[in-house]
Amino acid sequence: MAKEKGKTKANLLKGIINENPLLVSILGTCPALATTKTVEAALGMGLLFTIVLICSNILVSLLRKLIPEEVKTPAYIVIIATFVTMVKMFTNAFLPELYSTLGVFISLIVVNCIVLGRAEAYASKNKVFDSFIDALGMGIGYTLAIILMAFFRELLGTGAFTFGKIFTFIPLTKVQIIPKGYEISLFQNPAGAFIVFSIILAVIAFIKNRKAELVAYNEKQEKIRKLQEAKAQAAKVEGGNK
Amino acid sequence: MNMFISFLLAIISSMLVDNVVLSRFYGICPFLGVSKKVKSSLGMGIAVVFVILLATLICWPLYHFVLVPAGIAFLDTVVYILVIASLVQLVGLFIKKYSPSLYKSLGIYLPLITTNCAVLGVAQSNTDQGLTFLESLGNGLGTSVGFLLVIVVFSCIRVRLESANTPKAFKGLPIALIVAAIMAIAFMGLQGLFVGLGS
Repeated sequence: MAKEKGKTKANLLKGIINENPLLVSILGTCPALATTKTVEAALGMGLLFTIVLICSNILVSLLRKLIPEEVKTPAYIVIIATFVTMVKMFTNAFLPELYSTLGVFISLIVVNCIVLGRAEAYASKNKVFDSFIDALGMGIGYTLAIILMAFFRELLGTGAFTFGKIFTFIPLTKVQIIPKGYEISLFQNPAGAFIVFSIILAVIAFIKNRKAELVAYNEKQEKIRKLQEAKAQAAKVEGGNK
Repeated sequence: MNMFISFLLAIISSMLVDNVVLSRFYGICPFLGVSKKVKSSLGMGIAVVFVILLATLICWPLYHFVLVPAGIAFLDTVVYILVIASLVQLVGLFIKKYSPSLYKSLGIYLPLITTNCAVLGVAQSNTDQGLTFLESLGNGLGTSVGFLLVIVVFSCIRVRLESANTPKAFKGLPIALIVAAIMAIAFMGLQGLFVGLGS
């Protein structure tokens, strides 16, 4: 039972850290660049994306023995498109502000490579519960990644965080962090999105390089230590012979 | 005459002023994925022009003459993606039969186009914005040629980047994204293009 629990936890965490769909696999970049002007919009996008991913993963997993191999991809696309249409209509009805902010990018979840990728690579081969956990992990990982991007873009581009504009049920609050007149509006433009994404990827590459270097360094030290030990051993033996 | 001008304006504005990749963020995946070589980016770009034009030609009448009269306009996304997926298959078969050499160079990129959001994005925004048929066609042509232009230019720069001495952490994708950012700034300069024209 404990082992089962550990496996579930690892399954959930892999989508958030080691196999993060946006930051490690570089999938689903279009909405990540287009909908990250504000933290609120990114949160909304992540939420809708996660819902679609969970629903499609569960249904694909349920139908995995029924769908023939030859028409796999078209079948998955239709399943995903159906859920996207449903989510689109719900958003239009209950969160019209979010609907108008994200615009065509809600429909574009259909062609987001992550959803189709998880259906093909995971849900078509695994049990329903595992697929659900996998989708949840991937969804959370993606949401956190785009919120990270939106955080820097909103902070540097407008100098303030605004909440309540899209999720109208919370009161409108604005927290000014960088004084007015010192914000860099470039970060609200498309160019800023590319720059922020590039720097985040570079920081990740930097950390990875450091880790690899550290491992290589430790291995080298270990080798040197062993060599020295062997030398010392040899000297001892020689000394004994004398 | 007036119709022709609006057609022309739609092409230019969606090609340069509001470029697909650099300002509307459609099709970033192939933009980053298939731009390491100039030749492959050219193949991808031409295939996209092909599919977007055909998709626009089919999706617009389908929406206005079938979906709306039948009262199922809300199913547009599902229908569009099916049209695009089957169109890609059909175009693949067609090219394979009539021009094997073109198929050889385009072949591997064709299936990728189904998940290129530029195609679905154009079809969807044409109906969402309520454009006329001619404007949609202009939008499709401008968008796809804009994609072709940007991906070829980008891949030319990337080939040179290979031999450049970049910081280790920026090697590969991060520096390419910085290049994209600079290109986006350059395209921002075109935004005032229509101010001089009046209306």
